[in-house]
Amino acid sequence: MSVMTPASLHEVYAALDADSDAQLLAGGTDFMVEANFGHRRPSCVVALRNVVELRGWRREDDTVIIGSGCTYREMQSPSFVALLPALAAAARTVGSPQIRNVGTIGGNVATASPAGDTLPVLAALDARITLGSSRGARRVSLDEFIVGPKRTTRQPGEVIVDVRVPVLDGPQEYLKIGTRNAMVIAVADLALVVDRRGESVRCAMGSVGPTVLRAPAAEAWINAEIDWVVGAVADTSSVCARFGALAAADARPIDDHRSTAAYRRRGIEVMATRALGRVLERLGGNA
Amino acid sequence: MSRLHYRLRVNAESREVRDAYVTDSLLTVLRDRLGLYGTKGACEQGECGSCSVLIDGDLVCACLVLAASVAETDIVTVEGIGVPGVLTDVQQAFIDQGAVQCGFCTPGLVVAVEDLLRQDAAPSEMHVKEALSGNICRCTGYGRIFAAVEQVVALRGAR
Repeated sequence: MSVMTPASLHEVYAALDADSDAQLLAGGTDFMVEANFGHRRPSCVVALRNVVELRGWRREDDTVIIGSGCTYREMQSPSFVALLPALAAAARTVGSPQIRNVGTIGGNVATASPAGDTLPVLAALDARITLGSSRGARRVSLDEFIVGPKRTTRQPGEVIVDVRVPVLDGPQEYLKIGTRNAMVIAVADLALVVDRRGESVRCAMGSVGPTVLRAPAAEAWINAEIDWVVGAVADTSSVCARFGALAAADARPIDDHRSTAAYRRRGIEVMATRALGRVLERLGGNA
Repeated sequence: MSRLHYRLRVNAESREVRDAYVTDSLLTVLRDRLGLYGTKGACEQGECGSCSVLIDGDLVCACLVLAASVAETDIVTVEGIGVPGVLTDVQQAFIDQGAVQCGFCTPGLVVAVEDLLRQDAAPSEMHVKEALSGNICRCTGYGRIFAAVEQVVALRGAR
């Protein structure tokens, strides 16, 4: 029985190799709830809070490399907001200040909840996840990593080292529906990012499927509708409404204790319509 | 079953924790093992903020902290704020403005308000609301709590 607080990745790998059942602990905001209610009783915990290599974030060329230990609060610094506005917005909706001070992006990815707030943004940005172990590192896409509700393809001995996302030229939106503005698990949420250079709009949705979902039909349709030279569509209101309907059709919501499938689908329609309207407003200008 | 032994630095004092379980939260250790009852326990899932404490200066819910993982940190509970027996300006403002009714949320709110005003001496109304959004109060409706924050801001001459 032990709780380890290694200071380096090397020590984390050694601890995981010594005990493949060891529980990795990031911010603890999911794990401790389960532990407090007696649902989890690991004999060995490897806490990542002191691992220097996992902290913070940095920009390398057109990629932002976010350490898995980067907290939601750190994702609200002005420089982060300027580079990744939708991810910063999603991070700001997580829990409360108390939660955002400790909760991490690596924990959000590892927990792989269908309602993970950063996950729609990461999916829309085509994020890559770096997994490290004593055997080396590998990099996978989000949909290769998260394969079901709270199910990932993390292998024994592996730890999430970082999350890599591109810096895109274009407006971004993140919208979330819940019962209040703070301390809420999403009933449905949606991220929309524009890549001006790549001439694409990408949309992803949370809490409306077993994992975060992209909206392929909605994306394909809007990408053909936009005149990328001027950054505009022929008739904004009808295009936004059509986009919303297509995104809603791409969703796969269910009824559960938090909401109904019908309400979630309608929520996606409203959020997709609104998000597209907002980005189009800025796309045509110089914003 | 073997238990854990470790030391925690709480309110600038090194405290010994013996025979703890691996998954004991900081909230459990503070109250049940160290006898520090100022930190309240209610939801044990990070929803209510009544167990708010500072760890290395960061406001956190003690119920979501694995106690054994913070052995090397500086932990400050509501007992460690101000001088024993003397009310701080935040605590006095809560009394003056009627921001204390049943009182259960008050210790967590005092810690959260101290943290807020250390970061922003004259916060906007929006900032106050966002900063206290993780502390649930079911009595006051928050108006009196926001008034208490305003009183401290005014008395400190920050606005």
